[in-house]
Amino acid sequence: MGFVKSLKCRECGRDFPLEALHVCEYCFGPLEVDYNYDEIKKVITRELIESRGSNMWRYKELLPLEGDPTVGMQVGFTPLVKAGNLAKVLGVEELYIKNDAVNFPSLSFKDRVVSVAMSRAREMGFKVVSCASTGNLANSVAANAAACGMENYVFIPHNLERSKVLGTLVYGTHVVGIKGTYDEVNRLCSEIAGRYGWAFVNINIRPYYAEGSKAFGFEIAEQLGWKTPKHVVVPMAGGSLICKILKAFKEFEKVGLLDDPVETKVYGAQAAGCNPIVRAVKAGKELIEPVHPDTIAKSLAIGNPADGYYAARTMRETGGTGEDVTDQEILDAMKLLAETEGIFAETAGGVTLGAAKKLIENGVIPRDESIVLSITGNGLKTQEALEGNLVEPPVINANIADFEELVSRSGEKYKAAAKG
Amino acid sequence: MDAKKRYYLTYSKELVKEPLIYQVGRLFKVETNIRQASVSEDLGLVALELVGPEQEIDKAVEYFKEHGVKVEPIELGVIGE
Repeated sequence: MGFVKSLKCRECGRDFPLEALHVCEYCFGPLEVDYNYDEIKKVITRELIESRGSNMWRYKELLPLEGDPTVGMQVGFTPLVKAGNLAKVLGVEELYIKNDAVNFPSLSFKDRVVSVAMSRAREMGFKVVSCASTGNLANSVAANAAACGMENYVFIPHNLERSKVLGTLVYGTHVVGIKGTYDEVNRLCSEIAGRYGWAFVNINIRPYYAEGSKAFGFEIAEQLGWKTPKHVVVPMAGGSLICKILKAFKEFEKVGLLDDPVETKVYGAQAAGCNPIVRAVKAGKELIEPVHPDTIAKSLAIGNPADGYYAARTMRETGGTGEDVTDQEILDAMKLLAETEGIFAETAGGVTLGAAKKLIENGVIPRDESIVLSITGNGLKTQEALEGNLVEPPVINANIADFEELVSRSGEKYKAAAKG
Repeated sequence: MDAKKRYYLTYSKELVKEPLIYQVGRLFKVETNIRQASVSEDLGLVALELVGPEQEIDKAVEYFKEHGVKVEPIELGVIGE
């Protein structure tokens, strides 16, 4: 039996039954899952959580299912890496990387939201799962649906890059290309959700789906020894993850799992070519003005973010702020992360690190307090972004003389070889 | 049979003073029902329900678009990535 109470409107506070609803009937505000925290507090303990498997379902009391999960049982509990080398470069004392680039099965944090959405969809009796997507979400829906044997459909703009189509097709999903813009794909999906009664993970299952992101925050707090960091930097697309990380910390506090109160400042990162939330935060505005995305960080390229207003509020309320980075800064940060910590993040990771670097250099994030960087996807998925930005390897003949010639010509670059 | 559709309208600075919702109710056979609105000096957001024959709703949406209002079905706003 779960501890979920109802769906609650974030604007007017009205309660709705736990069905496939996502918009308040009265004020059109977004719906969010509400829990019975008093009951959860009675049963949940650090020991209970620690006794469970290394996956995100160790926090199942705080996730929106009635029973046990049936999709993505191995998702989550990704490494929180203490990033000493990167800390030295940035000149900070305590730096961690929450690394969802190695989340299972599809190498992004989307596996968290999708496994919650699909488990809940099955509880509600849906037979078909679907989404509109251009990247990580499509991969995750296709992979998780394949693993649990659920029929699934992924809708994409017809002119999408080949590599992204292949990365979804391989799971045997029904990929449907739509002749139209991404907006038109979305509009069609809304209609299909209504007419065919399918579970679109980020449309009619949205309130449950979004809750999956909390596990990212739960894990950070547990892996820090049941503490929350002083600062956390989060990439923003629709703006949901940043809100849910803070919600996770607050829930841990509410049910008595933390010794100290949550004092985390939350910072949102976007690409300069798609920065509607950061722009509003910097200008001190409440309303998010939509933009036309133009950035290599495609997984963050949402010009009209659904949760932008709430993301901005989260930053403001915690004393954090937003920062944006150019495409070149994104690439430089991707390389820096790989070179210092051996972590190959997708472009969104470059956005996060690039923004963090600026916030530290500008004195916004102090150098002597704990900082967590949120890495949400794997660099292998966006390799084309690096094309032309790395030094090509030299090619030599297969003989030792050619190698020695290369060593002498390379000077300091081949240090170990030169010494030999 | 009447249809019921929900939209977010985004008005730019130049349009904030225009009575477009009133005009839509006058020109087409649709009922307009504002559920939420937030207007600042340079941007307006309105959550609007339109009730009426499907073709009339389509015409009303076209009218908004022709006048430079960004019109999105409510469901659209929730797609990520």
